[in-house]
Amino acid sequence: MYDALIAPFVDNQFLERALYAGVLVAWCCAVVGSFVVLRGLAFVADALAHGVLPGIATAVLLGVPVVLGAAVGTVVMMGGVAVITRRSRLSSDTAIGLFFAGMLAVGVMITSRARSFTGDLTRILFGELLGVDASELWWQAIAVVFVGGVAWTCRRPFLLLCIEPELAATSGFRVRLYETLMLVIVAVAIIASFQSVGTLLVFGMLLAPASTAALVTRRLGAMMLVAAVLGSVCTYAGLLVSYHADLAAGASVVAVAVGVFLATFAGVEIRDAVTGGGIGIPPGAVQRHAHTHDDGAHVHVHGAEHPHGHVPGERR
Amino acid sequence: MTAAPPAIVARDLAVGYGGRAVVDGISFEVPAGGCVCLIGTNGSGKSTLLKTLAGLIPAVAGGVEVAGAAPGTQPARVGYLAQRPASSFTLPIRAADVVSMGRFASLGLWRRATSADRAWCEDAIDRMGVRPFADRPLLELSGGQQQRTHLAQALARRADVLLLDEPTAGLDPNGRETFAEAVAAERARGTAVAMATHDLGDADGADVVVLLAGRVVAIGHPSEVLTDDHLRASFGFTGPH
Repeated sequence: MYDALIAPFVDNQFLERALYAGVLVAWCCAVVGSFVVLRGLAFVADALAHGVLPGIATAVLLGVPVVLGAAVGTVVMMGGVAVITRRSRLSSDTAIGLFFAGMLAVGVMITSRARSFTGDLTRILFGELLGVDASELWWQAIAVVFVGGVAWTCRRPFLLLCIEPELAATSGFRVRLYETLMLVIVAVAIIASFQSVGTLLVFGMLLAPASTAALVTRRLGAMMLVAAVLGSVCTYAGLLVSYHADLAAGASVVAVAVGVFLATFAGVEIRDAVTGGGIGIPPGAVQRHAHTHDDGAHVHVHGAEHPHGHVPGERR
Repeated sequence: MTAAPPAIVARDLAVGYGGRAVVDGISFEVPAGGCVCLIGTNGSGKSTLLKTLAGLIPAVAGGVEVAGAAPGTQPARVGYLAQRPASSFTLPIRAADVVSMGRFASLGLWRRATSADRAWCEDAIDRMGVRPFADRPLLELSGGQQQRTHLAQALARRADVLLLDEPTAGLDPNGRETFAEAVAAERARGTAVAMATHDLGDADGADVVVLLAGRVVAIGHPSEVLTDDHLRASFGFTGPH
């Protein structure tokens, strides 16, 4: 048992560092991912994760730190989306989609310039969990502290933005400021994590543990804690799978995390079928995400009907 | 001794969206402990006026003060209940936690909730009859129970001005009675109430009624406003009043 579960991390410094890095990614993504799941920011998070590609590629080309390139790519993406959304009648989804595709295309164009980029592109997209060095661990630890600090300080406006956006505005919180801050910590989590798990797989770590936690918790703090513990356990399990089956480390971690979500979802469904209740979303309930515009809170409604017979956001 | 300043003042106010007025020429004053009822058909401008008073949208023209200041500048003193509060159901948050969010305006970013904050939440939960389902997720509650929860959230703010958009929508007769008692108690402690409603009965205890139909049909005491002629002009019929 010791040889199978513990020894790999004791005997192998790469695996040990990978475990530390993965756990830091898990904690960072648990905090940020909870907001991404509750606020319905999955698309913008996905777009941000891909939008950093040209920045990273340019940084590699120029020989400057890739974190700097990723940060510039994120700022360009967020700024561009904000300008298009505010200065045109296009929805934020459209603006995000345009920049998502555009930034990804530019990133691929840059990386296609030289064959030597092929390996780097793979590393950018899928990370190199087993190649994390001590300095990257420090950066990740700083990111966890930063993200945790912002999330704790802004916990009330962030919770309102996730649960009742209009109440955030009438409670005196500057909605646009806190929306921006929320996106900033999403970007920080992505930038801090992409070197470990890559820009594609970081999205899985943002969503999978937080989504699993949302199925079994009723409070934001509990959701973050469960997501962090789950993410850490998935990192450990994924690395073990990777070690014993000789598979890619980052992909193994994310695959385990998504697998845990599916297993939890199935378990909750079975429990609800047996007990006739539960805290899952009932059939027919609409999934809503809301964000604010200049004229106040505006609610997007996704789904067919409200469980109690009315459509939120509809004027009577 | 000087008289207390009015809690809500509207002077030749025009409200609307994107600089275009939905209703204009709205003028009234509500004293502390007073009540103004906004009555009118769908799309008549009731919710737009309440959103303007709450500071969610800017006034198109005219003057407006709520709790002695511009709308939206004193969140701890002004409570607002939307027509249908948009609660996300992704996290099955408990009804009691939804009520406690009403204190966030007073707590801001930094202040820790005190025993007084918790007591006000508990009091609001009891007054609106939320106690039996306080520990249940909001998404599992009926429309009426959700409305009681959001009314309790508004009461928990301990505001000087309450802005309520169709507060009795979805409430059963018992819920309506509970709500009426809560509003009476709030007014007795000096809270001014502005309430949009389709129910003419809600206007009985009001100091001022604003009858809207995409324009101001009449403003004044209920006995002056709720006349057959005004109701016919607003609704096309005189109603049961």
